[in-house]
Amino acid sequence: MSEQLQAEFQAAFQAEVDADGRIEPRDWMPDGYRRTLVRQIAQHAHSEIIGMQPEGNWITRAPSLRRKCILVAKVQDEAGHGLYLYSAAETLGADRDELLDLLHTGRQKYSTIFNYPTTSWADVAAIGWLVDGAAIMNQVPLTRCSYGPYARAMTRVCKEESFHQRQGFEAMTVLANGTPAQRQMAQDALDRWWWPSLMMFGPSDGDSPNSAQSMAWGIKRFSNDELRQRFVDATVPQAEHLGLTVPDPELRLDPETGSYAFGEIDWTEFYAVMKGDGPCNRDRVRNRVAAHEDGAWVREAAAAYADKQARRAAA
Amino acid sequence: MTSFTSADGHGAVPTSGVPVDEGSVPHRSQAPLWEVFVRSKRGLSHTHVGSLRAPDAVMALRNARDVYTRRQEGVSLWVVPSTEIVASSPDEKDAFFDPAGDKPYRHPTFYDVPEGLTHL
Ligand SMILES: [Fe+2]
Ligand SMILES: [Fe+2]
Repeated sequence: MSEQLQAEFQAAFQAEVDADGRIEPRDWMPDGYRRTLVRQIAQHAHSEIIGMQPEGNWITRAPSLRRKCILVAKVQDEAGHGLYLYSAAETLGADRDELLDLLHTGRQKYSTIFNYPTTSWADVAAIGWLVDGAAIMNQVPLTRCSYGPYARAMTRVCKEESFHQRQGFEAMTVLANGTPAQRQMAQDALDRWWWPSLMMFGPSDGDSPNSAQSMAWGIKRFSNDELRQRFVDATVPQAEHLGLTVPDPELRLDPETGSYAFGEIDWTEFYAVMKGDGPCNRDRVRNRVAAHEDGAWVREAAAAYADKQARRAAA
Repeated sequence: MTSFTSADGHGAVPTSGVPVDEGSVPHRSQAPLWEVFVRSKRGLSHTHVGSLRAPDAVMALRNARDVYTRRQEGVSLWVVPSTEIVASSPDEKDAFFDPAGDKPYRHPTFYDVPEGLTHL
């Protein structure tokens, strides 16, 4: 492609993005834009499917049939989110098997939040309320992302996430209004999940060149800190409603801004968990690889059956 | 220093130091890709909702039901092999759709309607 043509395509691309338009799969796009999206969508997909494990851990032990049905539906939704996202990555030319391989070998990452264990039923409630609540803060702006297939997938995902958050909050409400032991479980879950939930927004990205580029490309709309602040402001009143205490002695409402000031986040923990030293990193990846390998015969049998049917139809 | 973005949905992930499709895995024989169309209710057209992989048409339909209509989003489903779709080329979009560009007289708004008259 001549340099002049390249510049023309680049200008047309940026004009579309600046006008809040959408880029579609077969449009010309800068290679960096494509790679940024593949990286982001793939790791988003990985988070969705790895995220099935901490909650899946409680399906057999859900406290009632009602809770069990809800939890199965929620975990199934997360598998669906993964599928929408791997499909979106494929529209950019990514290879699904390769993306899974990058996950299985630890070269691509998923959210650190899923490397924490679910040690009690209250953790399942806390995940729906806090973790899915934080996911909604991140995902709603993505429904306006400049890449059409990603934005459309996010529109579907966001509708489903609001069920996830509400069922978690409801389960938390039951515990918070229950026996003293149930109340204690709820408080203990909040104590353990609060800080990791704030870490879900990532370290401050104020001067990250990658974030600035993502914003110019219409992929990212708000900084990590802005989204974290919104989450805190939305969630603290919910904790108060439950009669639970947010485990942060520095938490203060600023009456002028209506926003909460909060304490320092321990980023050394975040980096350690990202690197592989969280409580469950090895289990999560080992289970994922095992599920993939144990399912190989099913994929092979389905392919053999499809081949046989095709041969019969041709004969 | 690794950068992270919260804009990945379920929690911040690194935006640097992570490989992207380097062709490291020989493409295995993946199940074919299908485009999924859903009719949300009777009286409306089928609309494209996304895609999925499945070895044959029957499994594609069942997977489409599970992936795209878990909340009664549809009363009818189509699955079409992605390779069967013939598309106009985005590079030619201007030239291709140009013939309609200079024919505003095809629209009712092209015509002046005298004030006060109705049913026109
Ligand atoms: Fe999700
Ligand atoms: Fe969710």
